[in-house]
Amino acid sequence: MILNASGCLDALEAPEVARALDVFVTKTVTPQPREGNRPVRIAETDAGMLNSIGLENPGIDGLLEDKLPRLAELGVPLWVSVGGFAASDYARLCALLDDRPEVSAIELNLSCPNVEEAPESAAELVAAARPLTSKTLYAKLSPAATDLPETARAVQAAGADGLTLVNTIRGLALDDQTLQPRLGHELGGYSGPALKPIALAAVYQCYRATGLPIVGTGGIATGRDALEFLAAGASSIALGTILFSDPDAPGRVRRELADEFAARGLSAAEDATGLAHGPRPATVV
Amino acid sequence: MRRREALRVVANDAVGPYSLLRVERGGLEPGSPGQFFMLEAPGRLLPRPMSLCQAPPGELSFLLEAVGPGTRALAAAEPGDRLHVFGPLGNGFRLDVEKPLLVGGGIGVAPFPYLSDRLGAPPALLGFRSDWHAEAAALVPNAEVVVEPTLVTERLEPGHDVLACGPEPMLEAVRGLVPDAQLAWEAPMACGYGACYGCSVEIDGVLQRLCVAGPVLEAA
Repeated sequence: MILNASGCLDALEAPEVARALDVFVTKTVTPQPREGNRPVRIAETDAGMLNSIGLENPGIDGLLEDKLPRLAELGVPLWVSVGGFAASDYARLCALLDDRPEVSAIELNLSCPNVEEAPESAAELVAAARPLTSKTLYAKLSPAATDLPETARAVQAAGADGLTLVNTIRGLALDDQTLQPRLGHELGGYSGPALKPIALAAVYQCYRATGLPIVGTGGIATGRDALEFLAAGASSIALGTILFSDPDAPGRVRRELADEFAARGLSAAEDATGLAHGPRPATVV
Repeated sequence: MRRREALRVVANDAVGPYSLLRVERGGLEPGSPGQFFMLEAPGRLLPRPMSLCQAPPGELSFLLEAVGPGTRALAAAEPGDRLHVFGPLGNGFRLDVEKPLLVGGGIGVAPFPYLSDRLGAPPALLGFRSDWHAEAAALVPNAEVVVEPTLVTERLEPGHDVLACGPEPMLEAVRGLVPDAQLAWEAPMACGYGACYGCSVEIDGVLQRLCVAGPVLEAA
């Protein structure tokens, strides 16, 4: 399955891009509407980009009343990404989404680098949300955790059905001339090609630690990248930064991945998932 | 309808300190004046937003100023190179105006050749930092040119439908003098089609994405 990374596509502005995906994941919704962070919000760096959007969103009421019915008309399965500033926020959002048939799964954004974090641990946030919805729950984790496999095991024990790995990682870019932060919010979330090895390591470790279904995301730009995430243990992949430069990426990555499968005699993603954990070939000296 | 294609560079000519990058049009539509395209900047992660400068038969051209790594890469593109181009995007100028006057500053003159063509060569008032920069005025017919320290706002006379593009202080000053002017704004953009929320600017007191709400906005 090919998804978008939450916050990297507006399906209502670009329905043709959303329809090329297997699942559309919404931008993270919070209990109240948020304007987001002040500009400047993006900065390209040599090996990636920083963003500090700050969870701009219409709030849960705006999503439920206005956006969700229009998103449902796209005919693409919908995941809603939810975020908050306390466990009770996650619980309330999941309760409100639980009886909405348009929503096929909920992704808990437990790791936005651009806003204040909830005081509870990732596992406590999952535990708060779990009893309030019967929908599939994915936990999106930061690669910055001290012991990510341990965090993954804890969210699994708390009731997560799957993991999304990884969110952006905090970064800083300074202006060439003034040496001041280029982003209005100073720090931002780092994404793009430089995130790929970090995300691959997270997928690899958490697959071993939990065996949960994993959406792999972080610097995927080609079918070859997608194949590597599957091999590391992902069962699906999500496209993020590549969507900014190439809105045709969903179709292209899908074609390239099919070519990669064909070249290796694989027939489906399930055949590829976890290949990196298999017996290693003999070292050629 | 917007689309993305790899287009061949036809020419990349110096116009004063600026570059006029011409690419084959392929299957892309030129759109309306003031709309923009995302141009692949070779070797960079993100494309760069550029308004269309001219739409000669079979071509699209973009006037750009090399100010950072992306625009420097575009200024260095050579005939025969292929660049991915995505567009047209955003909202251009409203063309149902009775007495148009184009008001531009510096690289802000970029959309005016195409705009002038569509409006039947109306008068233009263009300001530049130096005589060298002012060479770009040759692309715009009927242009009165001022060079710093003279500012375009010193020459702006009432009674026109103003369509303006230029640096933010110039747009603010034009807005102060001509409350109903159409202003083309600029912001850093990662995607150009509403996906990244990176180009949000405050419009009428609320943050809006310039790529979908603009880049041309009515002054208010």
